[in-house]
Amino acid sequence: MRSTVISGLAELSAMKSSGDVTALGLYCQVAREAAADAGLERGEIDGLLIHTPFDGFSLYWPTVLADTLNLKLGFFDVVELGGASAAGMVWRAAAAIEAGLCNHVLCLTADVFTGLGGVRDLMPGQRQEYEMPYGASPPNGYYAMVARRHMHQYGTRPEQLAKIAVDQRTNAMATPGALFGSKPLTIDDVLNSPMVCDPLHLFEVVSPCSGGAGVVVSRRSAAKSAHAPISILGAGEAGSHLNIARRPDITHSWAQDSAAKAFAMAGLKAADMDVAQLYDCYTIAVLILLEDLGFCAKGQGGAFVAGHDLTWSGDFPCNTSGGQLSYGQPGGAGGMIPVVETVRQLMGRAGERQVLNASKGVAHGNGGVMADEVTLVLAN
Amino acid sequence: MDPYAKPLPRPSRYSAPFWQGARRGELLLQSCKACGVSQHPAGPVCRDCWSDRLEWRAASGKGKVYSYTIVHRTTTQGFAGETPYAVAIVELDEGPRVTTNITGCPVDAVKIDMRVRAVFTPATDEITLVKFAPEPA
Repeated sequence: MRSTVISGLAELSAMKSSGDVTALGLYCQVAREAAADAGLERGEIDGLLIHTPFDGFSLYWPTVLADTLNLKLGFFDVVELGGASAAGMVWRAAAAIEAGLCNHVLCLTADVFTGLGGVRDLMPGQRQEYEMPYGASPPNGYYAMVARRHMHQYGTRPEQLAKIAVDQRTNAMATPGALFGSKPLTIDDVLNSPMVCDPLHLFEVVSPCSGGAGVVVSRRSAAKSAHAPISILGAGEAGSHLNIARRPDITHSWAQDSAAKAFAMAGLKAADMDVAQLYDCYTIAVLILLEDLGFCAKGQGGAFVAGHDLTWSGDFPCNTSGGQLSYGQPGGAGGMIPVVETVRQLMGRAGERQVLNASKGVAHGNGGVMADEVTLVLAN
Repeated sequence: MDPYAKPLPRPSRYSAPFWQGARRGELLLQSCKACGVSQHPAGPVCRDCWSDRLEWRAASGKGKVYSYTIVHRTTTQGFAGETPYAVAIVELDEGPRVTTNITGCPVDAVKIDMRVRAVFTPATDEITLVKFAPEPA
């Protein structure tokens, strides 16, 4: 993928409500801002990858958006890997460019929070048949069971998980547009917040919202951005299961496989990364990914978190825009946060929270309950 | 009697025998005649060898808690009045794991590796849910 780059980005503010603006409207806004950031005119865009939003879920979304934006495309599709969709778009776009299908691919996500009712009806049959009748409240209940099992096997403690939310809140306070960017958190605040699914507290669970984000993947020789383009050094994808109970050990995720592939392709290892942006629907997801991407040994995630400063100015800058836990989770657009923030840091455009001398970063997306995993290794 | 307000399974061609078994008080697992592996949930083929020569076998109904959570804030329709309740992944002695509820004990008595046995809990005339309770000592 060395002949392709990430040439632009866009990210809307997280909104508790987008008023009467639909997901289609947000998609158009992200497309306009991403294309402008990459220095591209409408007629130069010839690729489009999106995630089907919950708001207005239907068939033919890429066609609808292409029609709305009056695009003339050589490559367009939906990437349907839940929270891993955004990271999954980036390597697909690069592969399509390298195959000669197109030169500039908009990789976009946007969604409007419409309540959980509609989402429920979109769940796979197996989940409706074997999980919902028991009040399993997926995905909350399942991530809680991953956390419980991790505590059982490795002695991980609630305050260690809580620290992830605390450090990410500090990051959100330096991030314009974050949903929870105004008030710091303490470990006690997290542990005293209402229990949702034991052992996960309210402040360890993402808050759904509306928003959108995207990047532009371009042929290196055609990139026009005023910003230094970002190289895609490695990508890895792995999965899958629908119910995590089918994993032999639910404390080990497919991210081990996706990360191994991505780092091998890049010729780098986890320790070489200057920033880590890891999908964080729950605190436990970050802990599992820290282990599975190789930042620490399996079972050592709790000690790693306790022993490192995960803030943007700390010794292990992680989820530097606050992540979904503090920026907000705009439906399927939440998975673009790790991608956009990695690109922003590597472009040197992170403002107040810029990590000094950041030259390499890992962006990781996770869909379902640790089911669909995509790792990207990026560099400036 | 009030109508049942919680989500109910809608048995399919592949899962109907499981729910018919539950109604009779039997925990059935789909087993592969070609390779002998048992699986849950049921599907059109064996996940291991892709054979469609599948049959249903009665399981012991015994197993142990692999992991669990106590739900205090539910997002599942109809469960708001039930919190706190225990959701668990139970590993059956035959191997497959099932998502279920642990009943018959206080929620704070639920532990990983606790031995449990199936209890068949009618939800409606047609559907009986398979829950688990601590095995008698």
